[in-house]
Amino acid sequence: MQRIGVFVCHCGSNIAATVDVKKVAEMALMEPGVVHAEDYQYMCSEAGQARIQEAIKEKNLTGIVVCSCSPRMHENTFRKAVERAGLNPYMVEVANIREHCSWIHKDIEEATKKAVILMRAAVAKVNLNTPLKPGESRVTKRALVIGGGIAGIQTALDIADAGYKVDIVEKTPSIGGRMSQVDKTFPTLDCSACILTPKMVEANAHENITIYTYSEVENVSGFVGDFTVDIRKKARSVDMTKCTGCGVCQEKCPSKKTPSEFNRGLNNRSAIYTPFAQAIPNVPVIDREACIKFKTGKCGLCSKVCQAGAIDYDQKDEIITEKYGAIVVATGFDMIKLDKYDEYAYSQSKDVITSLELERIMNAAGPTKGHLERMSDGKPPKEMVFIQCVGSRCSDDRGKSYCSKICCMYTAKHAMLIRDKYPDVNVTVFYIDVRTPGKNFDEFYRRAVEDYGVNYIKGQVGKVIPQSNGKLLVRGVDLIDQKQIVKEADMVVLAAAIEPNPDVRKIATMLTASIDTNNFLTEAHAKLRPVESPTAGIFLSGVCQGPKDIPETVSQAGAAAVKAIGLLAKDKLMTNPCTAHSDELLCNGCSNCANVCPYGAISYEDKEVNDHGKREVRRIAQVNSALCQGCGACTVTCPSGAMDLQGFSNRQILAEVDAICR
Amino acid sequence: MQELIARAKELLANGTVARVLGWKAGDLPYNPEPAYFEKEEDFKDFVYNGFCGANLSKYMIEATKLEGKTLVCLKPCDTYSFNQLIMEHRVDREKAYIIGVGCKGKLDIEKIKKQGIKGIQSISGAEITDDAETLTINTLYGDKTIPYADGMLERCHVCKGKEHKIYDEIIGESKDTKDADRFDEVSRIESMKPEEKFAFFQKELSKCIRCNACRNACPACSCRKCVFDSNKFDSSQKANVDSFEEKMFHIIRAFHVAGRCTDCGECSRVCPQGIPLHLFNRKFIKDIDEFYGEFQAGEDITVKGPLTSFTFEDVEPSVVAERG
Repeated sequence: MQRIGVFVCHCGSNIAATVDVKKVAEMALMEPGVVHAEDYQYMCSEAGQARIQEAIKEKNLTGIVVCSCSPRMHENTFRKAVERAGLNPYMVEVANIREHCSWIHKDIEEATKKAVILMRAAVAKVNLNTPLKPGESRVTKRALVIGGGIAGIQTALDIADAGYKVDIVEKTPSIGGRMSQVDKTFPTLDCSACILTPKMVEANAHENITIYTYSEVENVSGFVGDFTVDIRKKARSVDMTKCTGCGVCQEKCPSKKTPSEFNRGLNNRSAIYTPFAQAIPNVPVIDREACIKFKTGKCGLCSKVCQAGAIDYDQKDEIITEKYGAIVVATGFDMIKLDKYDEYAYSQSKDVITSLELERIMNAAGPTKGHLERMSDGKPPKEMVFIQCVGSRCSDDRGKSYCSKICCMYTAKHAMLIRDKYPDVNVTVFYIDVRTPGKNFDEFYRRAVEDYGVNYIKGQVGKVIPQSNGKLLVRGVDLIDQKQIVKEADMVVLAAAIEPNPDVRKIATMLTASIDTNNFLTEAHAKLRPVESPTAGIFLSGVCQGPKDIPETVSQAGAAAVKAIGLLAKDKLMTNPCTAHSDELLCNGCSNCANVCPYGAISYEDKEVNDHGKREVRRIAQVNSALCQGCGACTVTCPSGAMDLQGFSNRQILAEVDAICR
Repeated sequence: MQELIARAKELLANGTVARVLGWKAGDLPYNPEPAYFEKEEDFKDFVYNGFCGANLSKYMIEATKLEGKTLVCLKPCDTYSFNQLIMEHRVDREKAYIIGVGCKGKLDIEKIKKQGIKGIQSISGAEITDDAETLTINTLYGDKTIPYADGMLERCHVCKGKEHKIYDEIIGESKDTKDADRFDEVSRIESMKPEEKFAFFQKELSKCIRCNACRNACPACSCRKCVFDSNKFDSSQKANVDSFEEKMFHIIRAFHVAGRCTDCGECSRVCPQGIPLHLFNRKFIKDIDEFYGEFQAGEDITVKGPLTSFTFEDVEPSVVAERG
């Protein structure tokens, strides 16, 4: 029988204002095994921990229940505290009477009743706790960064500079990401490529960095410190060791009708292409779906003109398997599809464009060589209308509930640049709010309004109607002047919401990293662990975690790198002792557990067992506790109950359920 | 039947198999029982007719541990169970000689009796070689004739097909007797209000006497030690002391066989209380079909079941909550 101490925390008024903590302690004394119960203002404080340690010594306690906040906050604190008092750290259970109780209830009587029930469940569990001892596992001193945009590049550079090997896996033919598509950056208006390309070059030249472009993560197994990842290097059809990047193949390629991904489909590219001039690597890929040689077997012009003999039509996808200690996700974002926003006529008129398309139009290497012109007839616009929050801050299911965060600033940038370069163009911005928190951000926006005469109207646009004269009729509302606005525009620019790259869902599933309803990766703690995934060894960099501008992305990329370096710097990790074990007398040998194990931790062996005097050779499940992560999938699959999880045994869980239902 | 007996005797005589697992006549005309036949003279009791509903797959768990091969007679639907047991490493395929026996639908004596037929002395038309479309039942009160289909087990009306999924040889013709949709009853229950559902299952399950016949006949319920027989779990004791006993037992059992149940229908066939136990399993099968695409356990031993495999196309767990 355990000798259990129950410690009820007030958490200042966080718990005590809604839960009668004295009553919880009083009720605890009536539970089987409980020999000590008390309440205290802050159990996590030095004094609080000392009270637990004293009670352990005075009353010879063997098990501890702390009724406090979520175990994610302070379980470790209390484990360490009891360890210092000579108790096994796994003899502590935390009853979460804050997040699960006081914070979500108003009525004291009800909340107290629930707190008592949660305390009871924890006592029932701790009655069955056994001391556990963690093992050790090694750390592979290599990091993987998924995504080669500014977030991935910065993270990789920081990890590599610390002396660790890093691989970047980038889906497209070049690193650079969204930032390479941007023309100028706010709030300083320096050219995006000018500040990005040095970093791209640095990453490419760094001795600790290997870049896999035109590649995707195919499979991930293992766990923190010891991940095994399969990377599919898609067939480029160009030998990277031979190609000199001269570009003749692209000039001569007769298939030139594929919309350019880099220029957002505003112009076309050849079938063999490098996405942009400063691409790294500067080695083209053949788009096999567009290539005449691949479609018909005839052509082969690129091969004929290639002096280096680099074209290889027979190249096949290659799978690279590598081990990593840490994985950083930096998968970035895309603009939402606008098919649900047809009132803005995006699909009806070439002159209704997204902001990212405008970036390409204003860029010297873009489809119009940097001249601001209408995509329909090439004429320079005189009236431009910007519409903010297209799909952002949306209350219905057409768009996103969140603020995309970057649009206010880039629209101010666009407006200012246009007014600067083309002073005869009138620029009107329809907005809900202008949000400019950030260093020098509001000053930047004020300049657009005050120095450049950009016409900001608070209000939304209801409809954009293409006219027979080629112009666009914009019907909106001015909420301050309380009047309807009808305006003829030459171009309309939509600040479309940004969303995580759709591929992230697949990647998150492979990594068992959690993801929210908007497909943003969830951080381990929204405030205190913003660059770590709840899954150990997975770190988050850039917009995959939430909307961010470039300076924020770079800061977060550095933070993710520091976290990854902190992990890689360790030689060994303590493993979680809560691993599964099979009872060989109950095991059927059916393999269902091995089938569901996400970590490949279960194997089978033929073993002689002594079943109450009956000796026979049976097929028995064996768990490799170094691989087991304690997820419990095997225990719920096992029909005979042979599989059990230390620290969360079937018996303990049923005891908790019983205590709750009592 | 004679061809089957002759072939079994031959394989026994030439040493291919050490024993034959089939059915022997019972004390009544309609209750043959599973039996081993090891010697020529044992075969005088061998029988194979419309009442041989018992699925012999499960017996092979122990039979394939014995010395030498065991010849087993499997009907088309039994072969699904056998395949599932192969996948779970419970039977040794190498130690089985499977004769796929012909089947034209198996009979349900309780269903026949329910038609007011009492004092049964003999039944003709149940012979497997007989192609008769009717059953003639000789009773103390004279002969009664009913269409064969009217005497068939529920599971035969939703027959999975006449194909044997695994066999060494086939003896006898089979017939697909499907004339109903197996999910009709499940759909009907799904459309009930929660309280109606509860009342329905309360009524059905309250008949349970915990004889364990369903568990003992079920080829998926083949754990070395059942959780209800083990003192390692609190479930056994709980099931015994609680008024919730029967429901607990059957619901836990349905969960334990989910994704592995081939819908062989043995649970309902052997239930002495006539509880439609297969409905629980079919509800799971229907859900699995809807969530993961159609899946038939035991159809193909190379295909992992949807509950023990993972693909990126798998539904999110929230689908259950969303559907209600």
